Amino acid sequence: MFQFILKRLAQGVVLLLIVSITLFLLMMEVGDPIATMGGRTVTRPSDRERLTRQLGLDKPIAVQYLYWLAGNDWTQIDTDGDGIPDKSGTRLGILRGDFGKSLVTKKPVTEMIAERIPNTLILMLASEVVTIFFALIFGIYSALKQYSTLDNILTTLLFVGYSMPIFFISLMSMYLFFILFKKWGLPYLPTVGMFDPEVGKTPLQVLWHMILPVMSLSVIYFAAYSRYIRGTMLEVLSQDYIRTAKSKGLPRRQVVYVHALKNAALPIVTVVGLDLPFLLGGAVVTERIFAWPGMGRLFLDHLSRADVSVVMGSLMLVAGAVVVFQILTDIVYAWLDPRIRYT
Amino acid sequence: MTAQTTSITQLSADDLTAPPLSLWQLAWLRFRRHKLAVFGCVTLVLLLLYSFGGAFVRTEAYANFNDTSRRLEPPSSEHLFGTDSIGRDILARTIYGGQISLFIGFVAVFIETILGILVGALAGYYGGKLDAFLMRIAEALLSIPTILLLLVMAKFFGGKIPEIHIAGRTFSGSVIVIIAIIGATSWMYLARIVRAEFLSLKENEFILAARATGTSNFQIIFYHILPNTFAPIIVSSTLSVANAILAEAYISFLGLGVQPPTATWGNMLESSAKYLDSAPWLWFFPGMLILLTVLSINFIGDGMRDALDPRSRAI
Repeated sequence: MFQFILKRLAQGVVLLLIVSITLFLLMMEVGDPIATMGGRTVTRPSDRERLTRQLGLDKPIAVQYLYWLAGNDWTQIDTDGDGIPDKSGTRLGILRGDFGKSLVTKKPVTEMIAERIPNTLILMLASEVVTIFFALIFGIYSALKQYSTLDNILTTLLFVGYSMPIFFISLMSMYLFFILFKKWGLPYLPTVGMFDPEVGKTPLQVLWHMILPVMSLSVIYFAAYSRYIRGTMLEVLSQDYIRTAKSKGLPRRQVVYVHALKNAALPIVTVVGLDLPFLLGGAVVTERIFAWPGMGRLFLDHLSRADVSVVMGSLMLVAGAVVVFQILTDIVYAWLDPRIRYT
Repeated sequence: MTAQTTSITQLSADDLTAPPLSLWQLAWLRFRRHKLAVFGCVTLVLLLLYSFGGAFVRTEAYANFNDTSRRLEPPSSEHLFGTDSIGRDILARTIYGGQISLFIGFVAVFIETILGILVGALAGYYGGKLDAFLMRIAEALLSIPTILLLLVMAKFFGGKIPEIHIAGRTFSGSVIVIIAIIGATSWMYLARIVRAEFLSLKENEFILAARATGTSNFQIIFYHILPNTFAPIIVSSTLSVANAILAEAYISFLGLGVQPPTATWGNMLESSAKYLDSAPWLWFFPGMLILLTVLSINFIGDGMRDALDPRSRAI
């Protein structure tokens, strides 16, 4: 087991290197970082040159990647362009936890990400919990009552949820719960931001503002999850040991919730485990519509301004989490299912 | 005794059994029984008629014509779906937007399928270092959320492809960009499916026989193994069309997709969130069309999955 984890970790490191090189190459052409950094003031060619040298953009791409990865504090930079290095580098590189500084806010990227992560996680984890809760209820019900009228209706509705573009469900729910409810004089739900600036960021406010985005996200995830749970439940229910349990005269409740659900839950644990790291990336479209200050918005805002270090930082964070969670999921799976042995 | 019964009693047992149905005949029989899939087929044909047939009713010039004195008009007999924020007819724009959205969906999946088959077949058939290399690339792409990767790539290629003129019409170069990046970021699932099929199929006796008779690797891959993997490929590709159309809608909604004046269902929605209250028809019609298209394709894909599943015995 220990060897297995070591091997997977080594593979993960290689994978992250491939990911980072690919992304770094893509970052070369996403826009003009100098324009972002200096705003409209950088009009003189000499200023541009100085900034280019300061950012290290004059170096070959391999050197730029090395600086990003391992920092440049062990070398000297030539800021005035006379060929003589005059200033020592200050970057530590992503390997030593320095994600660089944002060109827009001039703040360290780690700080900016740390500000946004809680906002994203509260939104995404809430959606995940709501989704799994309802998907379990529905998945088990429709597997037990396969091809009943209600199962058929719900399965068809699931397809609608599964096919729903997230912006469409968001806009429709905003229209119903904000505009129409307001018109009808009912208590209406807020649609923008995390809290009312007049009240402040109280837990109650955040909860109140979360309802609509969480609802929209859950509809989309719910469809995928409950189809999956229905499938694994149906598979387990047709197995011999369930028939044995039934013929022993065990109560139906115990057969379904103890015998069947335990085994049906195994693949679900895998799916949830593999989905969790992607929650860190936030929901770009949903956060944009509901003006939720999470990772998705951070990514979008800074991508549009070619703020490479922020974009790279958030992408690598998600990719790193994906690698870690893949290993964790494998370990948890082996722990839950004694039939699995890693060698 | 009538003539008919005589003839039956005189028939041999072999004559009485119907000829066996081929895989595709069986699949068609099962597909027809899947009511939702048939509904999906009908809806999809109607949507194709709407966007491609609609071109005979409204010209593209009309779809791009803006009358700023008639901004944000609600649906009326003249403008059935209303007008947008610069006074263009939304009905005409959904017709031309549908053409682009559907075109992107189908062509992107065509590219995805070719890439997926090539990568999966090579990795599965040759194995070893090539397999390890190709699968690491697939894993690397899978470890970045697709929508974020699409946005980065859209930004990377954005504005680099010039406008295209085909048959007297002008298309934004971004259409090509979107097709390419959706194709390039979605082949991994298909490649894994094809690879798994190849891994098990290449161990069969008929492949050994083919090798023994000196069949080339190319022939074995494309004529002996590949036809056996068509069923999962067709199912996966069908469902991918729905995802490709959604992906286009998301990127265009975020403003990095197909650029105006070329309309797509996605970019028609881009600024419509601002008019949530004052002009709901701006987002309702394109949104509804995307939903209907994706839904019908998902129904068809589900029907195909049932129809082509070799474990499914029902006729």
